[in-house]
Amino acid sequence: MSSADVMIALPEIFMAVAGMALLLLGTFLTRNPTRVITWLTILVLAFVFVTVAWETPARTTAFEGMFVADQFGRFMKLLVLLGSGLALAMSTGYVEREQMSRFEFPVLILFATLGMMLMISANDLISLYLGLEMQSLALYVVAAFRRETVRSTEAGLKYFVLGALSSGMLLYGASLVYGFAGTTRFEELATVLAGDAVSAGAVIGLVFIAAGIAFKISAVPFHMWTPDVYEGAPTPVTAFFAAAPKIAAMALCARVLLGPFVGLTNEWQQILIVVSVGSMLLGAFAAINQTNIKRLMAYSSIGNVGYALVGLAAGTEQGLRGVLIYMAIYLFMTLGTFACILAMKQKGRMVEQIADLAGLSRTNPMLALALALFMFSMAGIPPLAGFFAKYFVFLAAVEAELYTLAVIGVLSSVVSAFYYWRIVRVMYFEDAVEGLDRPMEPGIAAVLAVSTAVITLFILLPGAILGGARIAAQSLFPA
Amino acid sequence: MMEIGLYHYLTVAAILFTLGIFGIFVNRKNVIIILMSIELMLLAVNINLVAFSTQLLGDLVGQIFAMFVLTVAAAEAAIGLAILVVYFRNRGSIAVEDINLMKG
Repeated sequence: MSSADVMIALPEIFMAVAGMALLLLGTFLTRNPTRVITWLTILVLAFVFVTVAWETPARTTAFEGMFVADQFGRFMKLLVLLGSGLALAMSTGYVEREQMSRFEFPVLILFATLGMMLMISANDLISLYLGLEMQSLALYVVAAFRRETVRSTEAGLKYFVLGALSSGMLLYGASLVYGFAGTTRFEELATVLAGDAVSAGAVIGLVFIAAGIAFKISAVPFHMWTPDVYEGAPTPVTAFFAAAPKIAAMALCARVLLGPFVGLTNEWQQILIVVSVGSMLLGAFAAINQTNIKRLMAYSSIGNVGYALVGLAAGTEQGLRGVLIYMAIYLFMTLGTFACILAMKQKGRMVEQIADLAGLSRTNPMLALALALFMFSMAGIPPLAGFFAKYFVFLAAVEAELYTLAVIGVLSSVVSAFYYWRIVRVMYFEDAVEGLDRPMEPGIAAVLAVSTAVITLFILLPGAILGGARIAAQSLFPA
Repeated sequence: MMEIGLYHYLTVAAILFTLGIFGIFVNRKNVIIILMSIELMLLAVNINLVAFSTQLLGDLVGQIFAMFVLTVAAAEAAIGLAILVVYFRNRGSIAVEDINLMKG
C-alpha cells in the first residue's frame, strides 16, 4: 500500500472516516442529534459527490488491483451519491413524525452508500463481496428501523433472510470461479476465461454469481422479497432502496459480466434474456391489481430492472450506454414518485393506498401534475425522459439482433402503461373523499422540483446524461 | 486406502450448501433454523475456498477469502439475531408461518 493508493480511494476513505466521526458526534450531542447528523451526512455526501465529479480518472487500480477507479465507476458513483443524498433529504420530516428519530439512521445510510461505492469500484471477487456485504448489512437494519412496528421489522427480517441467501449463492459462485480459474482478480479471470476450454465449474460459478446479483437487483425469478420489503419498510427507506442500491447492483452486474466474464458472453446472454423477459412481464402484469402504491412501485421497479437488462443482454458498448442512461433517468423518476408518496398525508397521518389519491387534481393540482408527469414518464410517453430511457435500450437490443426481446419489451411497456394511467385517472377523474394535507416539507419539495425538471427538460438538454453515459460505457470496452 | 482429494471436499461442501438452501425453504417452523442454515451455506463456501487454496499449491488468496467470509458471517449473524429480537418483541412469535403480514 502506498500513498498513491490512498489518493485513488480518497473519496471512500473520507466517507468511512466521516461516518465514524458522525457516529461519535451523535452520541455526544444531547439536543436533537438526528437533525444535525442528517444534514451533516447530506453535506458529506455532497462533498464526496463534488470530489468524485472533479477528477476525471483514466483507469487506475489501487491496493494491488483490488480497487479500480474509472469513468464507468465515476458515473455510477455520482448516481448513487445523488440517490442517497436526495433520499436522505426527503426523509427528515417522516423520521421525526414516525418515532424513528435516531441519529443512527443517516449514519447507516452513509455506510450503505460507502458499501455501494466499494462494490462499484470492486476489481476482485474479495472486494466485490466485502462491498456488497457492507451495503447489505446496513440495509437490513434500515429496513427494520421502525422497530416498534410489526410491518417494518417483518420487512427487515424477510430482507435479511433472502439477502443472506443471495450473498451465500454469490459467494458459492465466487468460490467455484476461484477454484476453477485459479484467481480472484478480474483482469486475470478475463484472460483465463477467454480461452476456448473453459471448465464447467467456472460456468456453474458464473450462474451462481448471476443468481446472487439478480437477487440484489430484484430481477425475476429472484424478486419475491421486493414487494413485501417495499411495502413494509418505512417510506423514505423504500425510496432509498428503489434508487441507490439498485443502481449500485446494476453497476456491479455490468462490471462483472463485461469484465471477468466477457469470455463467457454467450452463456450469460441467455441467462440475461430469460431474466429480463421475466422481469418485464411480471412487472407489467403483477402490478395491475395492486392497491398499495408502495407495492405497485415495487412491481414497477422489477419491470424497470427488466428494461435495463435488455440493454445489458445486448452485450455491446451501445447496450451498456443504454443501461447507464436508463439507470440515470430511472433514478429521477423513482425519487420523484417517492417524493409524491411521502407527501401523501391525511390529517398528519401517512396514507399509501392508491384510492387516497382521488381528486388530487383539485385539492393539490401541482402535486397531481408532478405525479402524472412521473407516471407518464415511467410508461415511456414522449417527450418525457422515460421514453428516451426505453428508446436507447431497445435500440441497442435491435442492433444486437435481439428482436424478440425488443418486441416483448415494447409490448410489456404498453401493458404497464395501463396501471400508470390508472393512477392518473384516480387523481384527475375521481372525486376526493378526503384531500391530502397541503403544506409540503421543504426537503420533499426540493426533490420533487429537481426530478420534475430533469424528467421534463431532458429532451432540451440531453447532453449531460448522454455524454456522461457514452464516456462511461467506453471505459468498460477497451478499444 | 482411498485417497481424500479435492473432489471429496467439493462434494461435502456441495451437500452442506444444498442442505443450507433446503433448510431455508423447506423449514416451516422456526426462524432460528433459517439463521443456522445461512451459517451452513457460508461454511460450505469456506470448505470450498480452503480446499481450492490447497489444490492451487498454496495460493493463499482462498484462505484469506475464507477469513473474510468468517468475519462477515459473524456480523451477519449478529444483525440477523438483532432483527429477530425486535421482531419477536412486536409479534410475540418467531414461527415462520407467522411472518405473513404482507403478501400478494
